[in-house]
Amino acid sequence: MPKKIAITGAEAVIRSLLAEDANLVFGYPGGAIMPIYDELFKFQDKLHHVLTRHEQGATHAAQGYARTSGKVGVAMATSGPGATNLVTGIADAQIDSTPMVCITGQVASHLLGSDAFQETDIIGISTPVTKWNYQITKACEIPEIMAKAFYIARTGRPGPVLIDITKDAQFETFDYSYQKCSGIRSYTPITTLSNKEVEKAVELINKSEKPLVVWGQGVILGNAEEELKIFLEKSGIPAAWTILGLSAISTDHPLNRGMVGMHGNYAPNILTNECDLLIAIGMRFDDRVTGDLKTYAKQAKIIHLELDPAEVNKNVHVDLALISDCKISLKELINNIETKTYPDWIKRFDELDKIEYDKVIHSDLFPSKDGLTMGESIKIINKHSNNDAIIVTDVGQHQMVACRYAKFIRSKSNVTSGGLGTMGFALPAAIGAKMGAIEREVVAVIGDGGYQMTIQELGTIFQQQIAVKIVVLNNDFLGMVRQWQQLFFDKRYASTEMVNPDFVTIAKGYRIRAKRVEKRKDLDKAVKEMIDSKEPFFLEICVEKEDNVFPMIPSGASVSDIRLE
Amino acid sequence: MKNITYTISVYAENNIGLLNRISAIFLKRHINLESFSTSASEISDVFRFVIVVNTDSERVRKIVQQIEKQVDVIKAFYHTDEETIFQENALYKVKSSSLFEERHIQNIIKSSHATIVTVSPEFFVIELTGFREETEKLRKDLEPYGLLQFVRSGRISVTKAKMGISEILNTFKKNN
Repeated sequence: MPKKIAITGAEAVIRSLLAEDANLVFGYPGGAIMPIYDELFKFQDKLHHVLTRHEQGATHAAQGYARTSGKVGVAMATSGPGATNLVTGIADAQIDSTPMVCITGQVASHLLGSDAFQETDIIGISTPVTKWNYQITKACEIPEIMAKAFYIARTGRPGPVLIDITKDAQFETFDYSYQKCSGIRSYTPITTLSNKEVEKAVELINKSEKPLVVWGQGVILGNAEEELKIFLEKSGIPAAWTILGLSAISTDHPLNRGMVGMHGNYAPNILTNECDLLIAIGMRFDDRVTGDLKTYAKQAKIIHLELDPAEVNKNVHVDLALISDCKISLKELINNIETKTYPDWIKRFDELDKIEYDKVIHSDLFPSKDGLTMGESIKIINKHSNNDAIIVTDVGQHQMVACRYAKFIRSKSNVTSGGLGTMGFALPAAIGAKMGAIEREVVAVIGDGGYQMTIQELGTIFQQQIAVKIVVLNNDFLGMVRQWQQLFFDKRYASTEMVNPDFVTIAKGYRIRAKRVEKRKDLDKAVKEMIDSKEPFFLEICVEKEDNVFPMIPSGASVSDIRLE
Repeated sequence: MKNITYTISVYAENNIGLLNRISAIFLKRHINLESFSTSASEISDVFRFVIVVNTDSERVRKIVQQIEKQVDVIKAFYHTDEETIFQENALYKVKSSSLFEERHIQNIIKSSHATIVTVSPEFFVIELTGFREETEKLRKDLEPYGLLQFVRSGRISVTKAKMGISEILNTFKKNN
């Protein structure tokens, strides 16, 4: 039996966090969570608290931390508005499978339902966007519930868990002892793989002539990068990634054929509708990946390696599902498949790549016009960071361009808001990303719109002296919406033009070193200065105002109807 | 795909909030529930939800996958009417005077196999267990005589096939 000590609920929360190896918390104090903050003060040598400037920032920072460290991110807030401000980040973590535990204070249990000051039903509000949530009203529940929270957040398909703790439970004294959770009878994190299914998959793979792998974040969450690499190299199968799968395999690997989906690469999108076997690994056939489902890979057999049974046959009907951890499934496949190469099939990728290069990539990376492009900005960031930065992106044109052109040699290096598409994600996420991988270079690439949604986190960056590099690609527009208005709404630019403040002055106001680049001749030097900086650094790059991101699959069109202009 | 009636059976932990979590799955997909009932199950500490929806086979499969994904849900199933034995329970409150004045009422009660639960000077209460059509017919038949109150329970159902919940719980116990 673990030994018992008499402590308060608030102290038990801190001790539980430490028992789960959580020594970093992002949060914001307030009335209903003050007893826990009081304990944070006492435990500050063991548990570091980062005061963000808004609770949403705390969740995104916790997400960024989880994505680069592989650990569970922790965010804390008070009741009422503190709790509701967490919701966007929780929804983002839910759809992007990010392990996170959020702790909220709640009014005292005798006041529940009385519309007390800063009371809100955060359990009700967060239910649809959490993997699990629970309201604690007695201190004695804290150790078991905290253990469950961390277990649920990190096992199976990871996700956010919210624990709401009434103020009286934080004050109450009880006999504390901690035991980690090792299983819950109603919850099966990983299904056992069936040998029969593996045999069938091997047969399909061995006899296919034009196979294509599409991998997603499941590979990264399952720590299966090495297995995927060996699988690809043995099978000889060309592979493409979804936005959250980016960085699992290095960009320059010959079998890495780029991104699928709306602004993905030409070859993997077109060839999705030419392959005879599609092997989907740890991805969920999001509509931004598949385009029109009625015309998606209809000619191909589809094998789905997936952890979450609810994702199988959800959007795309598959011929075979290996429902388990993809690390396990890939190992089984590696042991049983033949060593093969597909020279003619690979040549199809090369041909299409050349078309994309000539029509899109060349002018993005080596523009002949005066205005700077987002693409060349990313290219120069790659150069000065030796392709080894963690790139944190927000949502919009800059995100698509960064994911298309950023180069990676290590996994867990791409942090972005994929499923929810949360503008304002990048700046706070970069804080967490850097704290989760302190030795790495972290570059946040953000648009001028999203940047202003969470710009106040510059205060957090300065106070904590977190050496993140912030690049705003400023086109004075909500660029992606403007692009759609141009293409599909006859150029009626409804509320997409931004009259922006002087971003350099603002960064300097937050006492962060800052620079602006408007001309090509100054870009290289400015990016180098930023990367070389040991402190946080802000760089505004003024880019062409009305550039579009191509290729593009128009909403509702087939992946093979991808447009290059 | 054709919409038909499906009975969803959910075996779950008896935790506050789970009801909300399950109903949110329907809400998110804009699906209305025909009926919803909760009760104890054949296993102590395990709760059972019986949910009736009108939808197609593809959607009901996905909904049940989402329900089963919830941490506190042990197992969820869906069945067609042919695969289950189901009943609903209805109560009818009628003025006592009409029982004596209208001879016909007694025949209605008798022929519907309803039972009289209670009789007081002001009113009497009839109970009928059966299929929707049966309880509905009795409601229509009694309406002309002044139905003071009517209420019908959600569907309760047992399946013809085995559920195997104890096996799931025993396997867990063995492995942990």
